[in-house]
Amino acid sequence: MKSNFKVFLKGIIDVSPLMIPVVPFGLIFGVLAIDIGFTPIETMAMSLIIFGGASQIVLLQLFSGGASSLVIISSVGAVNSRHLLYGAVVSEHLSDLKLIWKIIISYFLIDQAFAISNEYLKKNKDNNRYFHLVGGGATCWVIWQSTTFLGIILGAAIPEKLGLSFAVPLTFLALLVNDFRKFINVIVIIVSGLVATFGYNYIPFKAYVIVAALAGLFTAMILTTKNKKV
Amino acid sequence: MSNWALILYCGLITYLTRFSMIALIKKEMFNDRIREILSFVPSAIFPAIIFPAIFINDKGLFEIDDNPKILAAIIAMVIGIFSRSIIATIFSGLASYWFLIFVV
Repeated sequence: MKSNFKVFLKGIIDVSPLMIPVVPFGLIFGVLAIDIGFTPIETMAMSLIIFGGASQIVLLQLFSGGASSLVIISSVGAVNSRHLLYGAVVSEHLSDLKLIWKIIISYFLIDQAFAISNEYLKKNKDNNRYFHLVGGGATCWVIWQSTTFLGIILGAAIPEKLGLSFAVPLTFLALLVNDFRKFINVIVIIVSGLVATFGYNYIPFKAYVIVAALAGLFTAMILTTKNKKV
Repeated sequence: MSNWALILYCGLITYLTRFSMIALIKKEMFNDRIREILSFVPSAIFPAIIFPAIFINDKGLFEIDDNPKILAAIIAMVIGIFSRSIIATIFSGLASYWFLIFVV
């Protein structure tokens, strides 16, 4: 059995390639948060407390659009519902751990760390294999906090004319690159996008994110049922 | 609600979705059908951020003429489909957007 530190180190090495896109993501977040009117301390606190790129960007997007707190919080919850999908997979590897470790690991359980550690956890049966996940998560934590900090500093220096807010839809677009190749996903993407765009001014409380997501999921449900019958 | 309360609640809900998957959810709670539907969550939710950010302007109005974001997003999407690279998608989109607003 490898030492805890070696497994931790392996997590750091494995997650590193996935950190490249996190850098611009963190910078953009820091710059935008300041631009919207959050203080540097509040911006830093968002990265420390929430520690989730998609959640934080959705927060900014809806906040700047004047959405109510309730809508912002539930939209953040909706964005995070994808984490529930991971639950089925990762919990079996961690079921023997003490509660305190579960509490700590939960904080570090982000998309990138999950993606690489899921592979590792499947192949290794050592009792300390969860250190891999902690290593990956901690790496992402350091990158995310430092790029947020840099973004806060750069925020004042970057001219508004650059239109950096356009990086937000681009970042989310980038997260869908693999889904553009699948027919059902493309239909779901179009349905959700159209509902959000045309509902933007008509759906009350700026709840268009949730309504569009439900419309998209409903479409997926119908299309996948049909597929099976054929 | 103050900004601080908002940040705390958003942090709490984010943490709980992660914690629940580790501490509460058992493998048998998800059948294949629910997993299949959940796998569509990114496709269902991210466009709701992407589309309005491209098609709706600062004043909340639908904008399709003279909107460089549309072409830039299409270029980014095509690059993304072929490269499968997150970073290439973001930078090709930003580069074409800057080209369209500053050069063209």
